[in-house]
Amino acid sequence: MAIIETRGLTRDYVAYDGSGLRRTRRLVRALDGLDLRVEPGEAVGYLGANGSGKSTTIKMLTGILVPSSGSVRTCGLDPVPSRRQLSKRIGVVFGQRSALWWDLPLVESFPILAAIHRLPEASWRPRFDTLVDGLELGAFLERPVRNLSLGQRMRGEVAAALLHSPDLVVLDEPTIGLDMISKDNVRRFLARDRAERGTTLLLTTHDLADVQRLCGRMVVIDSGRLVFDGTEARLAEATDAERLLVIDLAEPVEGGALASVLPPGCRLDAVEAEGRRVSLAFTAAISAAQVLAAVASRAEVVELALAEPAIEDLVRQLYTRESPTNAASRPSRTSW
Amino acid sequence: MARAGWWSTVAETLDARPVTGWAMTRTLLGARLRAQASFRGSFAVDLVSQFAASLVDFAELYVLLHNAPVIGGMNLTQAGVVFGLSTLAFGLADLVFGQLDRVDRLIRAGQLDTLLLRPTSLLLQLVTADVQLRRLGRAGFGLAAYLVALAWAGVTWTPANVALAVIAPVGGVLIFGALFLASGSLLFWVLDGGQAGNALTYGGRYVSSVPGAALAAPLRAFYTFVVPTILVAYVPAAVLLGLPLPALLWPPMAWLGVPVGVVLWGVVLLIWRASIRHYTGAGG
Repeated sequence: MAIIETRGLTRDYVAYDGSGLRRTRRLVRALDGLDLRVEPGEAVGYLGANGSGKSTTIKMLTGILVPSSGSVRTCGLDPVPSRRQLSKRIGVVFGQRSALWWDLPLVESFPILAAIHRLPEASWRPRFDTLVDGLELGAFLERPVRNLSLGQRMRGEVAAALLHSPDLVVLDEPTIGLDMISKDNVRRFLARDRAERGTTLLLTTHDLADVQRLCGRMVVIDSGRLVFDGTEARLAEATDAERLLVIDLAEPVEGGALASVLPPGCRLDAVEAEGRRVSLAFTAAISAAQVLAAVASRAEVVELALAEPAIEDLVRQLYTRESPTNAASRPSRTSW
Repeated sequence: MARAGWWSTVAETLDARPVTGWAMTRTLLGARLRAQASFRGSFAVDLVSQFAASLVDFAELYVLLHNAPVIGGMNLTQAGVVFGLSTLAFGLADLVFGQLDRVDRLIRAGQLDTLLLRPTSLLLQLVTADVQLRRLGRAGFGLAAYLVALAWAGVTWTPANVALAVIAPVGGVLIFGALFLASGSLLFWVLDGGQAGNALTYGGRYVSSVPGAALAAPLRAFYTFVVPTILVAYVPAAVLLGLPLPALLWPPMAWLGVPVGVVLWGVVLLIWRASIRHYTGAGG
């Protein structure tokens, strides 16, 4: 049985233009005929720019929004009528809303959540210990939630969503404000939990870097329509979007000399600060390490930053590569 | 904690009993109270200010009765019974359900979604999430005023009167609680409906705290048969004090607080559920 199954899932909102007597009613389609099937144990990155319909999808999957048309099944349940039953089997993290008790030390949120889920201590305590270890919460468990850094709080939120060992974990833009260490921490823990328990993961984001190395499958929506469904590698291939590596060097290099040692698929994008800072654009065919090695052969590397392609660029690439109707109608299961 | 030997499993040392609804409620409430205790200073100030606010309310009544010794057929002590009973009932209802009229903030912040994604009732979560112990100040003042006024007013303490004096605040809490829930429901439909909701709750409170005979008949009818706050304090007080009731009100109605409160809750709970359905239908 699929853990998520939607057919022609559509949602319209009523929007009003103008004000007073001249106010006109207009239907806005936030999600347009989404067909999505996710099997247990998958890790799916649900990508789209802001306003593309991601949150609308999540709301319908979790039962807090009624679809305008089409069907949706989550964990085999019809989400809205069985919202409470479903809530025992899913864990949701909303990046900007807290599920923790703001004025209490972080550690105190967990017995409360366990009580809400009616979990006896014998069943939640071992799970809690695993979460504290895996997400490294130990150092700030005693601090009130309102005093935590965003990264710490977000790790707490993830732990809160996982406490009742849900079958499906939904992370809705969880990495807003996550620092690099927290991000990696969360990523590693989720990967392990998935391997051990077969948890399904759905992660929505507008930032491709969030889902890389965590999600094997990428689903991209744009203006409420599915525009891509396939593996990360196929997404990179289909979009051919370039990543950008910015490197600061100890001594200046000459542009031409550097370009001659770069691997194929990598180009010198810019040279700044009198040759002490170089920007290199490269495609998915080569790794950042290869680019770095090439530069390091010419000059000592001091500092570096890697920029992933923006989701807007990816979507644009998807449209220019193939007509969107083809992309949307591609059967999701054959592509990976 | 003394753990058993190396052979014991974790499950043996931890509580494995299922969690009852009551245990969950206690846990939620305990969390809320601990959170409040983390701000001790402001809590004390709040408590005192609530008490003082009730005192000002009473002063208003006092000034009124000082200049017109009898209002709605009641003197100051008798009106004090009405005021005390009303303030006690409203204070307790406000303590438990008072935060429901602020559900619009949760809707705006999107926080309601988080609550909806938990396997327990939204109402229980809202009630336990924001219990304001400082509201005990108002209820405490009401209780004191009620007891003192009853003692001074010379009530004949028949068993029926004792029962009525005890049961009347219960009915009042039910009625005011239902009004808070109705006011909260309204916010799901009209996010800016806070003022209309306040008219229901705080307006109802004001009407219930003055002798009902002083109100014009249409107003009295409205606050008896539509928003039944006259039944909270005025009618039971008049019966306890053996005073005549004006048109549209009869002595047996003094006992109607609890049954009317229960019926009102039934109706308002249906509205509340429809309001949540409206929220999931419209998407916040």
